[in-house]
Amino acid sequence: MKEIKLVDARGLSCPEPVLMTQNAIKGLARGPVAVLVDTVTSRNNVSRIAERFGWRVRVEDQPDGSYRLVLDK
Amino acid sequence: MSAFNRFLTSRWGPIITGIAVGVLAPILVKLGNPGNMGICVACFSRDIAGALGLHRATVVQYIRPEIIGFVLGAFVTALLFREFKPRTGSAPLVRFLLGMLAVIGALVFLGCPWRAYLRLSGGDWNAIPGILGLVGGVGLGVLFLRMGYSLGRSRPAPKALGWVMPLLMVGLLVLLLVAPQFGRDADGNPTGPIFFSTSGPGSQHAPRLIALAVGLLIGFLAQRSRFCTVGALRDLIMVRDAHLFNGIVAFIAAAFLTNLALGQFNPGFANQPVAHTNALWNLGGMVLAGLAFTLAGGCPGRQFILSGEGDGDAALFALGMIVGAGVAHTFTLASSPKGPAAYGPAAVVLGLIICVVIGLTFRETRTA
Repeated sequence: MKEIKLVDARGLSCPEPVLMTQNAIKGLARGPVAVLVDTVTSRNNVSRIAERFGWRVRVEDQPDGSYRLVLDK
Repeated sequence: MSAFNRFLTSRWGPIITGIAVGVLAPILVKLGNPGNMGICVACFSRDIAGALGLHRATVVQYIRPEIIGFVLGAFVTALLFREFKPRTGSAPLVRFLLGMLAVIGALVFLGCPWRAYLRLSGGDWNAIPGILGLVGGVGLGVLFLRMGYSLGRSRPAPKALGWVMPLLMVGLLVLLLVAPQFGRDADGNPTGPIFFSTSGPGSQHAPRLIALAVGLLIGFLAQRSRFCTVGALRDLIMVRDAHLFNGIVAFIAAAFLTNLALGQFNPGFANQPVAHTNALWNLGGMVLAGLAFTLAGGCPGRQFILSGEGDGDAALFALGMIVGAGVAHTFTLASSPKGPAAYGPAAVVLGLIICVVIGLTFRETRTA
C-alpha cells in the first residue's frame, strides 16, 4: 500500500527528524507514513517515538546506506 | 560483544554511560583533576585553548587527554560498528559561532552541563541556578525548534573529511607528549608554541594515560548510547521522552555516591572549587549555553563524539568552543572564583541576542 505521507528527514540533525515525524503522525488515525533518515541515531530515535505513540515500525535498509521507516497502526 | 552492544543501544545505554561517567569523573578528581572537574568539556576546551596559546590565562593551560579520548574512542567505535559517516554542509559557519557562544556562556558559569551535574553531585549548590538556567536555555531552544528552526541538511562527504578531527586529536596527543618549546623571552618565560600551567587548575591533572583511557572508554560508551546532557532535557521538554534523561539521573546519582565514598562531597555555596557564588550570572551564563547547545543539536560532549563519527559540522562546533574559550579569556568574559569578569554579563546578553536572531531566522531552504 502506498504511504499517505512521506517525511524526508535525511541530512537533518537531532531532534528535527523526531519533530517532523511527530508532526506528521499527530492526529492521524492510520498510516502508512514513510520516514527517510540517514543515520542510525535518527533511525532509532524516530522508531522509539513512533512506537510510543502506538505505531508499528518497519525498517527498510536503502542501497545508499540510508533508512526508510514505514510507520503504520 | 553483540549482546553488550544491544544492551548499550537499548534504554539501558544512557543509564550505563551515565553511571560510568558518574563513577569515573570523581575518581579523576581523586587522581589529580581540579575539584568537581573530573570531566568538563568547556573547561577542558579552555585548557586546550590555553595550551595552544589562544589565551594568556597562565593558570588554565593544558592539553586534556580526556577530550582526545572522546573523539578517538568515538572514531574507532563508529568504524567498528559501521556508523562512520562523513558528512557536512548544515550551516557549518553558524555551528562554529554557536560553539563560541556556548562556551562563553559556560565559562561565565564555570562549567559545561557535564560539570554542572558534577558540581551538584559534589555539593556545590551554586550549580542549582546554573542548571535552572540550562533548563531555561534548552526550553527556549525547543520553542525555536517548534517554530520551524533548522540549520538545514548535511550531505555525505568524502571519507577523508571524517578523518580530519581524529587526526587533529592525534596531533594534540603528540603535542601533549612532546610539549615543544621553541625558545624563551628576555625574562626567561617560554615562548611556546605549547604552554602548560605550573599553578592553578591547569596544573592539576590525573596521570595522562589514565585520563586518556577514561576518555576512550567514555567515547566508546557515548557513541553507542548517544549519551547527551542537553538532548536529555530537550527530549523531556519537547516530546516527554526520558530515554536520555534517565542517563542524567544515573549520572548524578553515581557521581554523588562516588564523591561521598571518596570524601569529596562538601555541601555549601562558599569556597567551592573553581566556582563563584553569583547566582544571577551562574543562571544567565547557562541560559546562553543551553540555548546555543540546543540550537546546535547537542551538548559539548556529544559534539566531540559526533565529530569522531565523521560529522564535520559537529567538529566545527567543537573547534568553535576551543576558539571561543580563547576569546572568553582574552576579552575578560570568563568568570573566576572571585565572580563574573568585567565583560562577562555583557557578553551573555549579546550572545543571547545573537542566538535569538539565529533561532528566528534559520529555516530549511528548499532547492527543488
